[in-house]
Amino acid sequence: MQLSVNGQSRDLELDNRTTLLDALREHLGLIGSKKGCDHGQCGACTVLLDGRRTNACLVLAVTCAGREVATIEGLAGPDGLHPVQQAFVEHDGFQCGYCTPGQIMSAVGMLEEFERGWPSAVTGEVQPAGLTAPEIRERMSGNLCRCGAYVGILAALTDVASRS
Amino acid sequence: MKPFRYARPGGVAEAVRSGAEQPGSRFLAGGTNLVDLMKLGVERPDLVVDVGGLGLDEIVVDSGGGLRIGANVRNSDLAVHPAVRRELPMLSQALLSGASGQLRNQATAAGNLLQRTRCVYFQDVSKPCNKREPGSGCPARQGDHRNLAVLGGSAACIATHPSDFAVALAAADAEVAVTGPAGERTLRLDELYLLPGEHPERETSLAPGDLITAIVVPPLPFGTTSAYRKVRDRASYAFAVASVAAAIDVTDGVVRDVRIALGAVAPKPWRAHRAEDALRGLEPTASAFRAAVEAELSVAEPLPDNAFKLPLTANVVVSVLSDLTGASR
Ligand SMILES: Cc1cc2nc3c(=O)[nH]c(=O)nc-3n(C[C@H](O)[C@H](O)[C@H](O)COP(=O)(O)OP(=O)(O)OC[C@H]3O[C@@H](n4cnc5c(N)ncnc54)[C@H](O)[C@@H]3O)c2cc1C
Ligand code: SF4
Ligand code: FES
Ligand code: FES
Repeated sequence: MQLSVNGQSRDLELDNRTTLLDALREHLGLIGSKKGCDHGQCGACTVLLDGRRTNACLVLAVTCAGREVATIEGLAGPDGLHPVQQAFVEHDGFQCGYCTPGQIMSAVGMLEEFERGWPSAVTGEVQPAGLTAPEIRERMSGNLCRCGAYVGILAALTDVASRS
Repeated sequence: MKPFRYARPGGVAEAVRSGAEQPGSRFLAGGTNLVDLMKLGVERPDLVVDVGGLGLDEIVVDSGGGLRIGANVRNSDLAVHPAVRRELPMLSQALLSGASGQLRNQATAAGNLLQRTRCVYFQDVSKPCNKREPGSGCPARQGDHRNLAVLGGSAACIATHPSDFAVALAAADAEVAVTGPAGERTLRLDELYLLPGEHPERETSLAPGDLITAIVVPPLPFGTTSAYRKVRDRASYAFAVASVAAAIDVTDGVVRDVRIALGAVAPKPWRAHRAEDALRGLEPTASAFRAAVEAELSVAEPLPDNAFKLPLTANVVVSVLSDLTGASR
């Protein structure tokens, strides 16, 4: 099958049991996306599928033919780190770093959802103009951090949100 | 994971045919429940029929405010739809309270309704479970049943249905449109879901090949005065321990009509008809709400570790209805 990853088309021969996460890590050598739980419970495997954040561990790779996958490896541009990556560095948004690629890809998707005006469970009838701390916490709840770097993650995302 | 054949049908008729021909087949939508259970060995389909390419992803709002939700509409798209938020806030709130941003982007409307129980024994193939292996027994009664059913269970099984969305749909009198080998039909949610009785392995009235194509929500004029409230063990990204979807119409100081559905307390979303009947015609006061929900819960059969769900559910019902009507608690 063909899989389009970070704008590049890749040819792959896969058992149809292979998840998107295993296709990326084991077959394409893209080991940035992490396997935490393999059951949709931690967010370490978050990638963008057709521009939307999703858990690669619960997606079968065969269902991704003709779709666009974006991983942490493709996030930085020629001019350097993506603003979310930069903010994680500046605000100590990680400790061991295992959850970080998933946190960052999730945050990129989350910021885009907020831009589109999507409400969250803590949004009232009117969406706040900017991302408040409760909004960030709720919208990022699909990403767990065993090191508890949440304080830095929240600071990083508050910073990015205020700049965009 | 057990090997399987993978099919990607070009249309609904072909999907139905594939599903009906192969007894051990499963439709694959977002995969967030099916793939998970396949990894655990709980689901072992011989054939996986990917319905993701069938379209079925539109939300149509009719002039009266009713909705037709395509089976493949993503949970996130449905939750943020302006008409859904306006006409039936409880539906949007239920969806937004479920799972995570990532999962809601992947999960579909039909897949959400047909997700399986989170009972720990059901998910662990090394344990007996009547639902997974009929006749093998139910360890939950003596074991871990803190999050299992207090209503509608049986000696064979006390699993709860885990969906938030389905609870709000039950309150809204929703139906599912089904295309099967014998043609099309619609089922009310209480016809779709079966109580376990002696056959907990049969959870719905769907037969092999029956494909849900859409969810139909009739207009609910007082749906604008509705809410979904969920209690869970952590603030977000957790299944409900108890939940309530409610809509209420108070005219001339009395409850003219009301809809109440309870989540996480039964093998299916539990429509509280008894409580609704008790409330119609009464003044909307906290004590009336409490008496009504207590009437509903009077038939409950709690076990030692899930009896807490009764006062919890009663409190949530009283608080939701009080907030919707402005009654003081
Ligand atoms: C960590 C985690 C937390 C979660 N938390 C919550 C929560 O808080 N609240 C909640 O409500 N849910 C929660 N979920 C469950 C999630 O909402 C469901 O997994 C999801 O909605 C299923 O949708 P899907 O499209 O991925 O279904 P799939 O996994 O593709 O399918 C599920 C079932 O539906 C069948 N099916 C799918 N489409 C059709 C159709 N059109 N016709 C007939 N059969 C069909 C499949 O054969 C399968 O049996 C959680 C899941 C995870 C992994
Ligand atoms: S409650 Fe139902 S699902 Fe859970 S172990 Fe018993 S039979 Fe299985
Ligand atoms: S590895 Fe996918 S969510 Fe944990
Ligand atoms: S930084 Fe270690 S798990 Fe998050």
